[in-house]
Amino acid sequence: MLHIFCPYCGEHREEAEFRPKGQAHIARPLSPEQCSDEEWAEYLFFRDNPRGIHHELWVHATGCRKFFNVTRHTVSYEILETYKMGEKPKVTAESLAKGGRS
Amino acid sequence: MSQVNRLGLGGCIDRTQTYTFTFNGNQYTGFKGDTLASALLANGVSIVNRSFKYSRPRGIVAAGAEEPNAIMQLGATEAAQVPNIRATQQALYSGLAARSTNGWPNVENDAMGLVGKLGGPMMGPGFYYKTFMAPASMWMTYEKLIRKAAGLGRSPKEKDPDQYDHYHRHCDVLVIGAGPAGLSAALAAGRSGARVILCDEQEQMGGHLLDTRDQLNGQAANLWVTQVLAELASMPEVLLLPRTTANGLHDHNFATLHERRTEHLADTAPDANQVRSRMHHVRAHQVILATGAHERPLVYANNDVPGNMICGAVSTYIRRYAVIPGQRLVVTTTNDDGYRAALDWTEAGREVVAIVDARPNPEGDCVKEARKKGIRIITGSAVFEAKGTKRVTGARVSGVDPATFTLTGTKEDLACDTIASSGGFSPVVHLSAHTGTRPIWRDDIIGFIPGNVKGLTPVGAVKGVYALDRILAEGAEAGSKAALASGFSVSGIELPSVTKQLESKPIALFQVPHEKPTMRAPKQFVDLQNDVTAAGIELATREGFESIEHVKRYTALGFGTDQGKLGNINGMAIAARLLNQTIPETGTTVFRPNYTGITFGAIAGRHCRDLFDPERYTALHAWHLQRGAKFEDVGQWKRPWYFPVGNETMHDAVQRECRAVREKVGILDASTLGKIDIQGKDAREFIGRVYTNKWAQLGVDKCRYGLMCKDDGMVMDDGVTTCLGDNHFLMTTTTGGAAAILEWLELWHQTEWPELEVYFTSVTDHWATMTLSGPKARDLLSEITDIDLSKDTFKFMECRQGQVAGVPARVYRISFTGELTYEINVQANYAMHVWKALFAHEHTYGLTPYGTETMHVLRAEKGFIIVGQDTDGSVTPEDLGMQWCVGYDKPFSWIGQRALSRPDTRREDRKQLVGLKPVDPKVVLQEGAQIVLDPTQSIPMKMVGHVTSSYFSPTLGHGFALALLVSGSKRMGEKVYMPMADGKVIEAEVVSPIFLDPKGVRQNV
Amino acid sequence: MSKVAVFNQCPGSEVMAESPLAHQSSVKGGRALIVTEHAFLGHLILRGQADNESLKSAVLSVVGVELPLQPLTFVLNETTGASVQWLSPDEWLLILPAGQEYEVEQNLRQQISGHFSIVNVGGGQTLLRLKGDKVFDLLSKSCVYDVHERNFPVGKAVATTFAKATAIIRRPNEQEWELVIRRSFADYCYRWITDAGREFDLTFTV
Repeated sequence: MLHIFCPYCGEHREEAEFRPKGQAHIARPLSPEQCSDEEWAEYLFFRDNPRGIHHELWVHATGCRKFFNVTRHTVSYEILETYKMGEKPKVTAESLAKGGRS
Repeated sequence: MSQVNRLGLGGCIDRTQTYTFTFNGNQYTGFKGDTLASALLANGVSIVNRSFKYSRPRGIVAAGAEEPNAIMQLGATEAAQVPNIRATQQALYSGLAARSTNGWPNVENDAMGLVGKLGGPMMGPGFYYKTFMAPASMWMTYEKLIRKAAGLGRSPKEKDPDQYDHYHRHCDVLVIGAGPAGLSAALAAGRSGARVILCDEQEQMGGHLLDTRDQLNGQAANLWVTQVLAELASMPEVLLLPRTTANGLHDHNFATLHERRTEHLADTAPDANQVRSRMHHVRAHQVILATGAHERPLVYANNDVPGNMICGAVSTYIRRYAVIPGQRLVVTTTNDDGYRAALDWTEAGREVVAIVDARPNPEGDCVKEARKKGIRIITGSAVFEAKGTKRVTGARVSGVDPATFTLTGTKEDLACDTIASSGGFSPVVHLSAHTGTRPIWRDDIIGFIPGNVKGLTPVGAVKGVYALDRILAEGAEAGSKAALASGFSVSGIELPSVTKQLESKPIALFQVPHEKPTMRAPKQFVDLQNDVTAAGIELATREGFESIEHVKRYTALGFGTDQGKLGNINGMAIAARLLNQTIPETGTTVFRPNYTGITFGAIAGRHCRDLFDPERYTALHAWHLQRGAKFEDVGQWKRPWYFPVGNETMHDAVQRECRAVREKVGILDASTLGKIDIQGKDAREFIGRVYTNKWAQLGVDKCRYGLMCKDDGMVMDDGVTTCLGDNHFLMTTTTGGAAAILEWLELWHQTEWPELEVYFTSVTDHWATMTLSGPKARDLLSEITDIDLSKDTFKFMECRQGQVAGVPARVYRISFTGELTYEINVQANYAMHVWKALFAHEHTYGLTPYGTETMHVLRAEKGFIIVGQDTDGSVTPEDLGMQWCVGYDKPFSWIGQRALSRPDTRREDRKQLVGLKPVDPKVVLQEGAQIVLDPTQSIPMKMVGHVTSSYFSPTLGHGFALALLVSGSKRMGEKVYMPMADGKVIEAEVVSPIFLDPKGVRQNV
Repeated sequence: MSKVAVFNQCPGSEVMAESPLAHQSSVKGGRALIVTEHAFLGHLILRGQADNESLKSAVLSVVGVELPLQPLTFVLNETTGASVQWLSPDEWLLILPAGQEYEVEQNLRQQISGHFSIVNVGGGQTLLRLKGDKVFDLLSKSCVYDVHERNFPVGKAVATTFAKATAIIRRPNEQEWELVIRRSFADYCYRWITDAGREFDLTFTV
């Protein structure tokens, strides 16, 4: 059971209050009709499955009902940060490779 | 039988309270404070079980959770049966009734033991797989026989009279284990004012201090324990949980603690309001792991014969329970701790035949003390075989060279009835490994210690620290640091003084070599519970199982409730030796929750029976109950399914309800429909983006049916949305989809289109919805409303506000039955008043309550789909023939639009919604039946679709169905076939899915 | 016509209202755990931007309390009993004395400008008040949320899970706790509380 910091409620809450919604930062193409079939299929169906840092979209379902992002390590399950919609992650696979904080 | 092995003095037992109990039908007595195991030993019971696979007689080996043999079926009555309780962990109570889990007809004379003897040499690992492999069809029969023979207890056949529950707890510091390390950690953390939970699996807290020879402050160690526990108990933020096993340690310091609250008192809770066991779900900021270490037995021939024990257990039984488990003891050890058993034994007044020490020159304080007491010490040697079958009769001793795995020197046979062995200690790392962290091997302590887990501090023996003074000091330090990490500071705490003991280094020895090769020597058991032998591991490695995980699965090493407590390290060491690897190269298997067995009751807690899942009720539920409704589960909702009158069958009731709606008027409680209030200047734009059809022109007080897709173009929900004001809409969703659709809208608003000014609020529970449907609906409603219901003022797909039975209401003229329909919505607190007001006119208009089954028949006659029944997430609006509901030219590329031009959604051979009319009018097709075009083809047939909805229509006078059929829209008039499981083939004609009133005349009145 | 449809949903007093627990019976017990339903209060959901000054001033003038902007808090008007609770950065729950919700909604609508919404949800939820020494234990048995006084001081309000349903937990004063539960789950919650409170000799008044 994860312990997740809700960036809107401002405190850690139990996993039972949340629902995971898949990979974060999957933006819907602005002009879908201009997308090729391949581009649209990429947006619809293809997701990363990294061993290590993963940015995920979660919703605080039984709390404030806000969506937010989680940077989670898929091996240790450690949550390295949570951040609001529209914000960028501070911890990425690249930043860790460069010797950023772990 | 008297307590032949009970010492006259000592122990933490209460001799004034004698308890009578039975084991395998025989009556015995013990004392308050005994475990079932100590009481059995006190009574001289040697054989407590038969082994799992070979049915060999087995005795008690250990004194705690690691006990592999004394596994009991408890319970004096059928309802109280509990399988797989370790006698070493079960407190004795008056009237306790225990039986061995294995052994038929009984443990003394077991029929399967013969099989073990005869088949023993051949019953290597994989025996069952290899022997009973063919024919496959017989496996079910074999399995039943094998399971009966294998035992492992049985579940009760009657309802459990006890209750179990859960408790959610939060703390700054969770201390697992109340031995010396845990107690000093909890004391330090407790004094800081932090919230502390201290749990321990045993009846009494204190762990090793309850039976140690070491003194604290020059006094018996348990006096210090009593003093510390009293102080902890007086702290308001400290929670002490004895009889509580930390069974799992999950992500982010989430622990599951299993507290046994009445299991030490009686079979079932003495008071009906008492909870028998409780699962604490603990979120801890810091966890201190003070789980100690399990002593490792040595692996030698016939080391499973009753009378073979581990050294520490011998001491525990003598010092804590005043029970001496035999007459003449031989100790075989690799370390100083083994000597303690001999010292305790001799002080209790019975004979120690010899201490056999694998080390050539042991020189510790214990060794000196043993010498001083005149105990014979045989150095550089080990017991390599036990003699005896139902009880140890002797020990065969030889010189041993662990480095070359050979016996040396001369051999000697010692007569004895008990052999206590110690091969060193295995830290109890289990919990640290539950989240996937691998333990780390340490050569210096010859054991694995916990790997790094964030927020977890192992302390004391679990970390390979065995000196009592260091354990206490490290415990206190870890307690202070954990408190500090949670924001609480503590000033230094004074620790009790410990007399320093000089110890000589232990030696690494796991399996003792035998004069014969392992494969031909008498059985040398590694895992007693699963009957895994050293020869079994050797065979596994020979057959090519090189990974320890494979060896585990092939041999069953460390399986089941054992989880490798006694045998794992020995097994790995043996595998490592055979594979010419080091132990760290061989690695460990994965330790999984739960650490010890837990009853299903404790896992379920109160989430059982009528509290298993929430039952959601509408405001009219009490009326439905009174009217005798049969209910259907729709999601968590209880919806009236049909309302039988008298002895009506479901079929009769549904036919009657259908006719009532088509001929007079019926009423449905539709309150469960999801309702979402949508406000904001961009509400209309937003709705246009999430529905497939057009919303730009919908006027105020007008309703429209909408279809919702995911962005892959597949239908996910539908419902009617009404424009209440230019910036105000009320969306309805399917009953099951209500929460998901609200989340869906929020998802798109929050992540993609935050610039749109729109807010969504669930009003599902706020509005009660009563659907009045049928040709007499207008006449009936007009009796109790001030709304002008006339055909031309209040048109189809419009909404009006007014009073119904004196209650402010919104009435929607929409229809899911094809009949004239008014949906009356009122604030739910007033729903019952309005419903009853309508029923005041029941007999005048023939008002009939109907349920979901009738609703399904009526809507299907009209070809109206149910999302999730007629669709399955792979169906587009076009597959449903609902092109009329798709706005291809809307300015914004709405959700799902782009996907509808993908090649896959444009395929001509997609499954499409059709109607099916069985050729035999009496036939009602089975929902889910597969459709084929040619019933004479050979199996496997080519399936071209399936029936999604099927009913008998009293209006049409025949059965009818909706189905998804490949290229269905082009097959009108064709015949298709449904082969059934009984060999019959049903023929049906493909027709339009709209069976009744395709022009919509009936509702247009 | 207004761009938003607002109407008084409450009939006169001649119409009998039924609370979500109307069909359950009271449980007589001791004083260690006393649960009482407070039915028919006005419940409004207010949504808008926290930086909308008109929103703040309207709440202050109509309800008489500051709009709470601190997450997980609520403020109580001691005189009227009305309260405003933070639910999320753009969402608040107003709980009002019975029968005031229509008037309050209208007054708020007159005073708030910009983008906002107000929705009457009073039929969809009910409020339970809990008091006694065993409230902590009851909530600990029911909720994953930490209700220890160090984490849950007076003035805190949290939406969380309750058994397998959801609830809002509020602490208006040292002695009392409040649960706001949904109508359709009210019967389940009643049965859950009654069951969990049995060992504490619960009293439940509906």
